[in-house]
Amino acid sequence: MNTIPALEVENISYAFGRKTALEGINFQVKQGECTILLGPNGAGKTTLFSLITRLYDTGHGKIAINGHDIQRKSTAALAKLGVVFQQPTLDLDLSVVQNLRYHASLHGLSRKQSVQRIQEELERQGMYPRRNEKVRQLNGGHRRRVEIARALLHRPSVLLLDEPTVGLDVPSRRAIVDYIHGLCRSEKIAVLWATHLIDEVYEQDHVIVLHKGSIRAKGPVPEVIWQAPTADNIQQAFHFFTNEENAA
Amino acid sequence: MKILHYFRAMRGIMTRELWRFLLQRERFIAALVRPLVWLFVFAAGFRSTLGIAIIPPYETYILYEVYIAPGLVGMIQLFNGMQSSLSMVYDREMGSMRTLLVSPLPRWFLLTSKLLAGTAVSVLQVYTFLLVAWFYDIEPPWLGYLWLFPALVLSGLMLGALGMLLSTFIKQLENFAGVMNFVIFPMFFMSTALYPLWKMKESSEVLFTLAQYNPFSQAVELVRFALYGQFNAYSFYYTVVTLGVFLTLAILGYKPIKGFNKRKGNN
Repeated sequence: MNTIPALEVENISYAFGRKTALEGINFQVKQGECTILLGPNGAGKTTLFSLITRLYDTGHGKIAINGHDIQRKSTAALAKLGVVFQQPTLDLDLSVVQNLRYHASLHGLSRKQSVQRIQEELERQGMYPRRNEKVRQLNGGHRRRVEIARALLHRPSVLLLDEPTVGLDVPSRRAIVDYIHGLCRSEKIAVLWATHLIDEVYEQDHVIVLHKGSIRAKGPVPEVIWQAPTADNIQQAFHFFTNEENAA
Repeated sequence: MKILHYFRAMRGIMTRELWRFLLQRERFIAALVRPLVWLFVFAAGFRSTLGIAIIPPYETYILYEVYIAPGLVGMIQLFNGMQSSLSMVYDREMGSMRTLLVSPLPRWFLLTSKLLAGTAVSVLQVYTFLLVAWFYDIEPPWLGYLWLFPALVLSGLMLGALGMLLSTFIKQLENFAGVMNFVIFPMFFMSTALYPLWKMKESSEVLFTLAQYNPFSQAVELVRFALYGQFNAYSFYYTVVTLGVFLTLAILGYKPIKGFNKRKGNN
């Protein structure tokens, strides 16, 4: 049994100039665990993601993916990381396959491997028949599916999703939420999912409540509900922890 | 295994850039029309007023169009270099630069590959331009087209690196218009693209000095000599050194933090 956590964030703090964005962030995500990072807008979710993806240099603290420090062994760490960013990042004028092939090449996959994995990932999401269409022709939900397929091409052990369902209709949202939760169970991927939408949290998930740059509560869903004295469900717990009076 | 990964990544980045360029037909046509207008209109108009003495690498008296052609090749590469830096600012804001930067390769390699990809596009533009120019009696020796290739790669990289360096200073997309006015035009006009150095010396010593040390002049001269099968050592070394300086500064200065979440950074 592998005891190294898939994602380890240790004592992370970050500031934009004088404004503190994150303070003393500590948590772990184990293999096969789906952790939902709940926080209102401006809580610091995107900043945390930018640190985990090495887009910002870690000032204080340490981030490790599969035991590899993101600063010191960044290539080994990034090789095990799949990311779905908040903004769309596909080339609209290129086809689905061209977009995926580009990603496969960045991860050093051979031609044969990439053909095979692109087929597998697209089939899993029912997108294979549309592989030769330009991304511009796809709707928002389908574009997101392609981005998720792309993030999984190189078989990461950690998958980061930064509010991936923003702007999608209810059925598309549901499909993506179900799919990702399924991945945690079947593929044993560690998922860190940032959102402010409570209905994306499942009973068996872990939750981190981030508010104004610090963690207000974390743990399995029942535990987090229990930590909030007045809450009966995760929604109430979230409101409890992000309420100014309780937060103080 | 690691080398194979680097090779595949670079091939992937170049393929993507070339596809994007070929699919954006307006960009291809615009890149071709600009120098052709200069050649057909500007150069034709000035043909009678500007006499060019015999200077290397030319062995006979030449028409102004022939003189200006390498300058226009440089112009293509200058615009392309700036445009790819624009696309790096744009990509940075739109997010596709993020996907590039989270791939498991060193950042210097990713940025250099991006630069090479932009250069490949400019080389394609230059050869298309020269093909059209050939029908307009700009006929360098056949071998010249071959020698031109390494010169184009070097000058394209240097101008691309300059663009990348500038992009590290650009905070917002709108400022790129300023770069056009304050970088592209002065660089182009204060160079040997439109008139030879000795001609400039006659009218202004200051202009002559500026043009002499302008890296764009040296890139144009490298291209001009290569096109006629000759090697201009001074231009070559000058371009190599400036490439090294620009590229190093650009890589050191490229901080994704500048583009991402600017809003927060400004607060």
